[in-house]
Amino acid sequence: MPLAAEVPNLTPSDEIVPDKGTSLWLDAWHRLARNKLAVASAVFLFLLAIACFIGPMVVKNTYYAQNLELGPTPPSASHWLGTDKLGRDQFARLLIGGRVSLMVALCATFVSLTIGVFWGAIAGFVGGKLDGIMMRIVDILYSLPFTIFVILLMVFFRDLEAQFRWLDRFGIPFNLLLLFGAIGVVEWLTMARIVRGQVMSLRKQEFIEAAQALGLRRRRIIFRHMIPNILGPIIVYTTLTIPAVMLLEAFLSFLGLGVQPPMSSWGLLIKEGAEVMEEYPWLLLYPGAALAATLFALNFLGDGLRDALDVRASKD
Amino acid sequence: MPAPLLQLIDVKTHFPVERGLIFRRRIGTVRAVDGVSLTLNPGEIVGLVGESGCGKSTLGRTILQLVRPTEGSIILGGRNLAGLNGRDLRKTRADVQMIFQDPYASLNPRMTVFDVLAEALLTHRCIPKSELYSRVSELMAKVGLSPKALRKYPHEFSGGQRQRIAIARALAVEPKLIVADEPVSALDVSIQAQIINLLGKLSREMGLTLIFISHDLSVVKHISDRIAVMYLGRIVELGPATQVIERPLHPYTKSLVSAVPIPDPTRRRERIVLSGDPPSPLNPPGGCPFHPRCPWAIADCAKIVPQLEKFDSAQEAACIRMKELNGPAASS
Repeated sequence: MPLAAEVPNLTPSDEIVPDKGTSLWLDAWHRLARNKLAVASAVFLFLLAIACFIGPMVVKNTYYAQNLELGPTPPSASHWLGTDKLGRDQFARLLIGGRVSLMVALCATFVSLTIGVFWGAIAGFVGGKLDGIMMRIVDILYSLPFTIFVILLMVFFRDLEAQFRWLDRFGIPFNLLLLFGAIGVVEWLTMARIVRGQVMSLRKQEFIEAAQALGLRRRRIIFRHMIPNILGPIIVYTTLTIPAVMLLEAFLSFLGLGVQPPMSSWGLLIKEGAEVMEEYPWLLLYPGAALAATLFALNFLGDGLRDALDVRASKD
Repeated sequence: MPAPLLQLIDVKTHFPVERGLIFRRRIGTVRAVDGVSLTLNPGEIVGLVGESGCGKSTLGRTILQLVRPTEGSIILGGRNLAGLNGRDLRKTRADVQMIFQDPYASLNPRMTVFDVLAEALLTHRCIPKSELYSRVSELMAKVGLSPKALRKYPHEFSGGQRQRIAIARALAVEPKLIVADEPVSALDVSIQAQIINLLGKLSREMGLTLIFISHDLSVVKHISDRIAVMYLGRIVELGPATQVIERPLHPYTKSLVSAVPIPDPTRRRERIVLSGDPPSPLNPPGGCPFHPRCPWAIADCAKIVPQLEKFDSAQEAACIRMKELNGPAASS
């Protein structure tokens, strides 16, 4: 498409239809749709989410029904993925565990993403004393042992449980929500540092100066001009945060702070499976495979998103 | 004499140099702009020349308040920009716009040309949505770009086209003054002339006042009505463009002019070659800042700080030996 840049006799009244216009997001969507791996990953994650949220209500075995006489059995027709030491159906446990793990991934990552991006963008853009204060807070939080911090948060907020009873009706126990929040609140620190660094390097760019010279508000400069230009690192770091968050959840559950039996999560299942992997390998294999497949899919999707959002990538 | 559009009164922009992690102490000051006074009339094009690091870009950014001045007043349309803050400053920002040196860095890579221009149009005014498209197309036509390209991203344009978009963005808010900070030095020579002519044409047609920053004297001579020569944060010579080029008064201007290549191999002229590097603005020499490199320097030059003085009705320079070196002023 030749640009008529050097043609002087152009008047605005000429009937010219602009090349098919697309917004950044629509454009990104089209590019993402062409990335087969990313699309497949998205479909996989979607099906997995459906299975984990609807599955436990549909499958005939429940995740909590024990059968001590049966004990651990390898996969069979009645128990597709076998049973654990207490004779509980591993398939049902995998599904319910996936529900917790995916929710942790979603909620805790969302919390950490939101706080981290805001904190980092504001500190980096405003700079000076405010930046100093905000980043020293991050440093102090970094230096606290995060388990103690999470325990403090969870103990401190546990008193509020009574007010959130109504959540149980939706199958979301309050202490689980607390867990998500607490993990998110400790996981935003690195994100804040990354975003701050990126924003500081962008701040010296001429298009940011041009935006300032136009008299745009700071809010608009941050959201319209800065954040879209650092989406790449944000997405990549988010895909790294998700597994970290899932593992942290498993660790806290192990300490008795997270999900409690008979409820489970992938992290817990893996932990339990690892203890008996020589005798009953399927107890480790399937939850491990589920977690690995999910993380792979998330990474592929993250890569695809990063590429799709890069307008410099060729259009065709 | 019409009322001046912009008045710079003893503008100083200093940057502190600090050391220390917790107890920051000031170990020096970079005097990037060190007492510039300049008056611009409406519709005038003033060229600002000087070597790298002489503070010409900082002066441009100071006028736009992208860098706040340490001292002095910047009076535009009766208001001192240096004293404004927050909301008031944002509102007056539309009056001065800048065209940046690097057209690859001055456009947000994630916004289409339409978004860039529409944002500029909507910043200070309300334009109904139905009109927005035609207003943006109009701007594009004004800078010689086809509205067909509106939905493209900056990376799909050449350097010259991007600079045209940057010019359109600056025009969108209908500024009174545009500061063009080396707008062509990042471009191909063949494109440079087009952009310069476009700027000249636009400023004539729209009555724009332009500060044209460059280190290329031949470019500045071509476009400017007046030329201001900067050295180490100060204006050392000021006068009508042709006069400054043909009869430079200040030794520094003389050396600059003698360095401009003449496209005629049979003509020769005496080249004034300066020795040494420009001194650091962190630690400028006493007296005349130019005296360590000046071939005509005398003992007094190290003691007396020269001020801009009129040589004749239009031209002025800051040199204590100006009259002595340039003979009597042509009485005009």
